[in-house]
Amino acid sequence: MVFHLDKCIGCHTCSVACKNIWTDRKGTEYMWWNNVETKPGTGYPTLWEDQEKYKGGWDREEDGKIHLRLHGRKGGLGNIFYNPALPTIDDYYEPWTYDYENLFNAPEGDDQPTARAVSMITGKPMDNIEAGPNWDDDLGGSPLYARNDPNLDELTEDEREQLNEIERVVFFYLPRICNHCLNPGCVAACPAGAIYKRGEDGIVLISQEKCRAWRMCISGCPYKKTYYNWSSGKSEKCILCFPRLESGQPPACFHSCVGRIRYLGVLLYDADQIEKCASVPNEELVAAQRDMIQDPFDPEVIKAAKANGISDAMIASAQNSPVYKFVKKWQIALPLHPDFRTLPMLYYVPPMLPVLAKTKDGNYDVDGLEKENLPAMLSSLEKARMPIKYMASLFSAGNIKEVEDVYRKLIAVRIFKRAQKVKDYQKSEVDAALAQGNTTADEVEAIFRLTALPTYEERFVVPPLGREVAVEAWEVPLDRKREAGFGVRNKIAKRKF
Amino acid sequence: MFDNALFIGFPYMAIAIAIAVTIYRFFFDPYSVSSQSSQFLENRKLFFGSVPWHYGVIIILLGHLTALLFPGAWGLFTANQTRLYIIEIIGLALALMATIGLIFLLYRRMSNARAQAVTSELDWILLIVLFLQVGLGFWVAYYYRWGSDWYLHTAVPWLVSLLKFQPDITYVTALPFWVKFHFLNGFVIALLLPFTRLVHLLVYPLSYLWREHQVVIWNKARH
Repeated sequence: MVFHLDKCIGCHTCSVACKNIWTDRKGTEYMWWNNVETKPGTGYPTLWEDQEKYKGGWDREEDGKIHLRLHGRKGGLGNIFYNPALPTIDDYYEPWTYDYENLFNAPEGDDQPTARAVSMITGKPMDNIEAGPNWDDDLGGSPLYARNDPNLDELTEDEREQLNEIERVVFFYLPRICNHCLNPGCVAACPAGAIYKRGEDGIVLISQEKCRAWRMCISGCPYKKTYYNWSSGKSEKCILCFPRLESGQPPACFHSCVGRIRYLGVLLYDADQIEKCASVPNEELVAAQRDMIQDPFDPEVIKAAKANGISDAMIASAQNSPVYKFVKKWQIALPLHPDFRTLPMLYYVPPMLPVLAKTKDGNYDVDGLEKENLPAMLSSLEKARMPIKYMASLFSAGNIKEVEDVYRKLIAVRIFKRAQKVKDYQKSEVDAALAQGNTTADEVEAIFRLTALPTYEERFVVPPLGREVAVEAWEVPLDRKREAGFGVRNKIAKRKF
Repeated sequence: MFDNALFIGFPYMAIAIAIAVTIYRFFFDPYSVSSQSSQFLENRKLFFGSVPWHYGVIIILLGHLTALLFPGAWGLFTANQTRLYIIEIIGLALALMATIGLIFLLYRRMSNARAQAVTSELDWILLIVLFLQVGLGFWVAYYYRWGSDWYLHTAVPWLVSLLKFQPDITYVTALPFWVKFHFLNGFVIALLLPFTRLVHLLVYPLSYLWREHQVVIWNKARH
């Protein structure tokens, strides 16, 4: 999936759509399989990116080997009685509701009755609500949230101060779901082997029947996208709405997205390269991940895909994949925190962010940039309102060049289209922008088309997975009946045991 | 007659029910098999309870089991006085550790509202029975010294006779009340095992030591 962050307005419709479908049960109140964070910010759960604290993802040794940051195999079994890196409910928030009944039943008195907050775990009144969903929403510049963003570590003191200056405060939104990684930390950390990746579509799922609440996946996932259901004693996570995908519908978060920022498509990759690709030094991670993605038009690739049981419809989707275009062809979408080395499969087109401007003598003064020979008015890299180092920490494991390349191309698109529509740029200026963006007029038009005017069919290019049909092709359907489906087939009564 | 019921009938019944219900649960209700961890809700007290409890009780249990399975070797080992002292001291220390851990766990369940929210009646029964068992074990080990040795000549032959389906209770009927209580309470725990969250001890994920890190499942069988 690709998220075009310039189009995200932070409305949380995706989160709500997801919650209404999947996480409105007891024990899941605090789960946001899809959440939208304000960046800079500490995110959800608080400081999830701080792997010193939570030990998620993989670590690279001096010798180039990677190992789980959480535990080795023996350590995993030794820590099973107490997981030292487990976030607790307080790192998320204690879910609550209100005692509405009191509004009707309160005895007559001098004051208006109130509906007190009541914990959804203990049922007891909560006097202090210290956190909740989107608690730090829109709080760019706040000393409590924005300033503690782990991605600011690489910035100088001056740069960090600037981010908090009046009129320079800046933030953007980061929608997050499970990355359905190629080298998932949750799968590797699960002692019971209950978590698995589906071969056909790459969706990572937790078998509810095999999960034994050893709770290592929660720490093992560096994105904190597996959640522990404290009531059922099972971990749960985003299932990429596979029941919807199987019937040809996009995931609920995707479908409900108001800004239409999401693109879902097929990528073909070489699974044999996973370990090698996850083990390269930080600066090479983005490029290595891109290299692993195969050209769906290459006859060799098509042959290999067919040999591996990939359907023709899937290959056709890969050839038409918007994700392939953003990630591999145009190279303007980057993975979130590749430095966690799980090879995440969500990609983000970084936001351009507003132009840098200040009031000078009472007038709004837009800071242009002459030295690059680019016209003023549009964001320029060197004076980007959000330091490029910050973006590199988020999207390219610190490799500034990768992020710069993306931005130069995005700037070229803007300048090219503005020259076309508003006609206030010289041709030389446009050509300079295209050259700097390492792009062509045709590519710019294509990027513009898929960014600004895509149809539903262009954004969602996945064939109906038809898993039940796929099973029939190889197996006796009656034998395999009831084998594909979400978790629990029995009615869940109150825990008996 | 009463002794027969206690030391032959009850153990057989407890084990038979335990095996049958465990099999039923694994095949027909695998979803319910979980350790039901509550660390997510309460973290700090759990550390001081869970870690000493588990390490203490597991090693002691393994000791009991080793002596039962290899009474000869165990007997040779404890025949030396120094080694007997060492075994007794280690056993007593571990029992103390497990008991203290369990006291922490009991206190945690009683004092923490969040932990209480996920505690069922059976959890309480289990906790109390387990506490009784380690408490009794500690008491017996302390008052009826050299248990690691006399265990071989009392409980082991009795258990072996049960295993061989030639029950012989002469080894145990004359023992003090507290010792017999400890024996029988052990079978109460076995009986409770499949009905409670205690089943999680049967699914300790040893296979994590050798399984592939990544798990991929295909619809189609791949060769």
